[in-house]
Amino acid sequence: MFDLVAFIPRAVAQSIPLLYGSTGEIITEKSGNLNLGIPGVMYVGGICGVIGSFLYESSLADPSHINPFLGVAIPVLCCLLGSLLMGLLYCFLTVNLRANQNVTGLAMTTFGVGFGNFFGGSLIKLTGAAVPTISLGNTSKLFRATLPFASSMGAFGKMFLSFGFLAYLAIIIAFVAAYVLNNTRVGLQLRAVGEDPATADAAGINITRYKYVATCLGCMIAGLGGLYYVMDYANGVWSNDAFGDRGWLAIALVIFTIWRPNVAVPASILFGGLYILYLFIPTGKNLAVKELYKMLPYVVTIVVLVISSLRNKRENQPPESLGLPYFREER
Amino acid sequence: MADKKLAVRMRNISKSFGQVQANSNVSLDIYRGEILALLGENGSGKTTLMNMLSGIYFPDSGSIEIDGKPVVIGSPKDAFDHGVGMIHQHFKLVNVFTAAENIVLGLKEPGPFDIQAAAERIRKICDSYGFDVDPNQKVYDMSVSQKQTVEIVKLLYRGAEILILDEPTAVLTPQETDKLFAVLRNMRDAGKAIIIITHKLHEVQDISDRVVVLRKGEYVGEMITAESTTEEMTTMMVGHQVELNIERPRPINPKRRVRVHGLTVRNNEGVLKLDNVSFSVYSGEILGIAGISGSGQKELLEAIAGLQPVEIGSIEYVNDDGTIDQLIGKDPLEIASMGVALSFVPEDRLGMGLVASMDLTDNMMLRSFRDGPSPFFTDRTAPKKLAEKVVEELEVNTNSIDTPVRRLSGGNVQKVLVGREISSSPTVLLTAYAVRGLDVNSSYMIYDLLNKQKANGTAVVYVGEDLDVLLELCDRILVLCGGKVSGIVDGRYTSKNEVGLMMTKLGGGKA
Amino acid sequence: MVHITKRKEMSTQQALVIRLGAIVAALVVCGIITALLTGLNPVSVYLTMINGAFGSQRKIWILLQETAILLCVSLALTPAFRMKFWNLGGEGQVLIGGLTAAAVMLILGSRLPNPVVILLEIVAAVGAGAAWALLPAIFKAKWNTNETLFTLMMNYVATQLVAYYVILWEVPKGSGKIGIINQSTEIGWLPQIGSYKYLLNILIVALLTAGMYAYLKYSKHGYEISVVGESTNTARYVGINVSRVIIRTLLLSGAICGLAGLLLVAGTDHTITTTIAGGRGFTGVMVAWLAKFNPAVMVASSFLLEFMGRGAGEISTIYGLNHSFGDILTGIILFFIIGSEFFITYKFHFSKKEEGERNV
Repeated sequence: MFDLVAFIPRAVAQSIPLLYGSTGEIITEKSGNLNLGIPGVMYVGGICGVIGSFLYESSLADPSHINPFLGVAIPVLCCLLGSLLMGLLYCFLTVNLRANQNVTGLAMTTFGVGFGNFFGGSLIKLTGAAVPTISLGNTSKLFRATLPFASSMGAFGKMFLSFGFLAYLAIIIAFVAAYVLNNTRVGLQLRAVGEDPATADAAGINITRYKYVATCLGCMIAGLGGLYYVMDYANGVWSNDAFGDRGWLAIALVIFTIWRPNVAVPASILFGGLYILYLFIPTGKNLAVKELYKMLPYVVTIVVLVISSLRNKRENQPPESLGLPYFREER
Repeated sequence: MADKKLAVRMRNISKSFGQVQANSNVSLDIYRGEILALLGENGSGKTTLMNMLSGIYFPDSGSIEIDGKPVVIGSPKDAFDHGVGMIHQHFKLVNVFTAAENIVLGLKEPGPFDIQAAAERIRKICDSYGFDVDPNQKVYDMSVSQKQTVEIVKLLYRGAEILILDEPTAVLTPQETDKLFAVLRNMRDAGKAIIIITHKLHEVQDISDRVVVLRKGEYVGEMITAESTTEEMTTMMVGHQVELNIERPRPINPKRRVRVHGLTVRNNEGVLKLDNVSFSVYSGEILGIAGISGSGQKELLEAIAGLQPVEIGSIEYVNDDGTIDQLIGKDPLEIASMGVALSFVPEDRLGMGLVASMDLTDNMMLRSFRDGPSPFFTDRTAPKKLAEKVVEELEVNTNSIDTPVRRLSGGNVQKVLVGREISSSPTVLLTAYAVRGLDVNSSYMIYDLLNKQKANGTAVVYVGEDLDVLLELCDRILVLCGGKVSGIVDGRYTSKNEVGLMMTKLGGGKA
Repeated sequence: MVHITKRKEMSTQQALVIRLGAIVAALVVCGIITALLTGLNPVSVYLTMINGAFGSQRKIWILLQETAILLCVSLALTPAFRMKFWNLGGEGQVLIGGLTAAAVMLILGSRLPNPVVILLEIVAAVGAGAAWALLPAIFKAKWNTNETLFTLMMNYVATQLVAYYVILWEVPKGSGKIGIINQSTEIGWLPQIGSYKYLLNILIVALLTAGMYAYLKYSKHGYEISVVGESTNTARYVGINVSRVIIRTLLLSGAICGLAGLLLVAGTDHTITTTIAGGRGFTGVMVAWLAKFNPAVMVASSFLLEFMGRGAGEISTIYGLNHSFGDILTGIILFFIIGSEFFITYKFHFSKKEEGERNV
């Protein structure tokens, strides 16, 4: 029998990094920047949170008496700062220096994943700490804290109230982003920048500023996905390459949701479900088949890509100038 | 005129793009309460100059004053802040947005963002000027003139004081033009400064108070419209009396070469671009095709060249022995392999006719790269010779034949393209806007080349925009109007007026 | 007031100077960062890196082998990129080539004579790589499906496929590894030239480089690829069948990736793992892009990146740091070179205007 009460919370937990990543990428792409560096940014976001929290916990005499405010604020701020720097780097190269966005993004992913793994693998050595692994259990407890009455509410509590605050924040950010994009002046102007920068420019919109703000904000949101993964999902234990390909799936989700952060909420939960479905399909002793089930999210993404290219509706297209640099005096 | 208040003073403005000097030392005054026509040929720098006033380009040198104060216009936003608004030839509208969204784009109105309230205000403006705009319609669903109306409403909504219109009538019907001019006069009377960029003299006469003429990026003079004749304006614009003196020998032994019958074409969006078009082209003649831009010229040539899917109709090629080949449904390669020597000089020279990043030799073999002794490797001997020949005979100005063609100037690019297309001794030569953007010398060289092809018995189709040239060069002129054949006239006996009327109204009845 | 315009085209030498300058600047930054992390003085950082790359005959061979494999993947991706088809699926195409080679070695190794096995594994690996690239190519050609994400997702499908077979074939059961295939018989192993384990791979890739250079520069196919990459309108104008060129080019691209998989599995590692492609599908994109898709220059760019990787690896080993250090240095070099392109295309104008000072 399929255990829905166990499945849903795990699918949601899986979906949160994807949701952060895709919301960040949607905001970025709405400004016309195709940031293939998001997977790297998510690594950087995660490891920067880890570094901040590791240094903080190491500085305490007794890490179990961690200050709840600092214990959350330090990793979150470090994560945001690290992701912001990645965003600034991407913008400097693609907006100011008009570099090819695909190549810049891929280089950022190489760099970011390397950065995460390097500090994940070398942090103890570099700081001379006397611990065998990076395990931030005390910080993680803060990130995983749920409402006190959640556990007493049975299946409902388990399915909807069993998550740490970053999970709810992801959903709130997605809905706020959707609202801002569709119902505000800023959203209108941002969409104009991504659709037709020459027109937006002629309308007096500062293209450079919009691209910078959208991309950096997008990176910071995506970075939180990395932080959620390590602090909440992985219980504060950093292991190299564990974050895996979630960044790429987040980018794929952008197309799946036709550039709508509110659609990304259910879509990422669907993908989260596909991601862990293999754990819930009984395969007996045949472990190999589980590996085939792990293909599901990728195969579904491909199917979605194909379907969305077949139904060529005007409203479902990417921002028209996505991936193109803008230079006012081009002629 | 002396009591008019000075709105804009531009002094010694220069601007270059790479090697091209678009404006040099232009000085210009614009007053409130007047309509100024900025007159000049294609490439005379009118649009560039106005783009500097509206913040699209930044001048290399020179100064701008608005209302007596020196200003730096570094961006369109700066221009707005100084009350300058420009309607570009290529509309600055976001396709997936509604009219209202486009109109309020970039504005910082007080209060919360409310697109429906803005739509109401837009409706009011439209009512007061008699415009027909649905604020909630998406731009991609609009016709060209609707888009232009949105652009004008956009400026009015913003309360611009200095309005620049870049060739606003190019896409309008006569009725729409009259309506536009009425609005412009209203605005002038309300004390706004209006600049209209154009090369159409009758419009200058009709609408403007004063004319400033540019030639080759330089200011050549100005005059009061009411005190000047079109002849004076023309002289100033082209620098000498217009006597083009293009040769036009009589066609020798013309035989039907291509017969187009009942041709109907829709573009990708399903819009009808050609509607039941029928005509023939004869060997040894130049058939001109005239029409307002976007009347189906592009689709017509591309359909003949095998690049445009056809809905119904037939395009027959008549061989020398009288046998007939159907061209519809064939791609360019299949047409060539049938033995039809068809050459095509497309409008988009670097985006279709040539490969911008390749050198002259490689561009010469664009059509012939499949030839050569080896089935696998290309043979560059013949293309290299051809490149050398074209450079020499057509006087292409280039460092070497190894230069990428995107580094060449417009005229030289066109010589390379035309040189290649006529090198295959075509029996049919299609050309689209063959002299657009070219200087006088290059243009005459192209006319000569076309006449030589004509003398060789080639059937030449010449799509053009300059009526004077069409009237002097072509044996017959087919006029397109909204995708239909408005009429076919003899180039020797028709008048500019007759063709002009046919362009705007089917059959050329009273426009 | 700073103002930017497009420059007239720069000579090749000037452009080269700018790119070399960017590499030198990047190396300086890399040296400083390494010095800060390890406490080494910058000079010994470089010496350690050089030692890591060239320190012994074995190290030099490994460097050349790694360069060859990276170059092979880059060469595979190049024709697709010249056509502006963003094939990010090199990783999966290499994996699937390696997987089929391994399958042939495992399944047929005990049934057929060695030369036949080798021949079959070559055909299988090349064919499988080509097929893996064909799928996204067909959809791109027919329906303009986004190839970047399609090829990317194919990587993970390939990874899971390899993971499936690794468990299916694992020796011993429960180890999660296949181990060396045909270790005793060496059936299906590509022959070794003399005592040089890597020489065959290096020679094959050298030949491939020359072949790809000629293919792109002198063949009719190469010419068609360039035209399609520049403008599909021009291609249609001269009757080039764009769909056919896309599919044909991707078949070639995938086939060479499959070959790279073969060289890894049958030529050096003699086993298959999910990580055998080692990110070369992505690094190869950079190698090709840095060389402006010119196979001859790609020899240098792949060598540079492998040198950085090996050199950084040496530093990591000595200082007990994580081996991803190389990725950080690679990233820094890439950022510098990517940024330097700007100075080749554009130039600055400084006007001495006091008023309205502001960046455009």
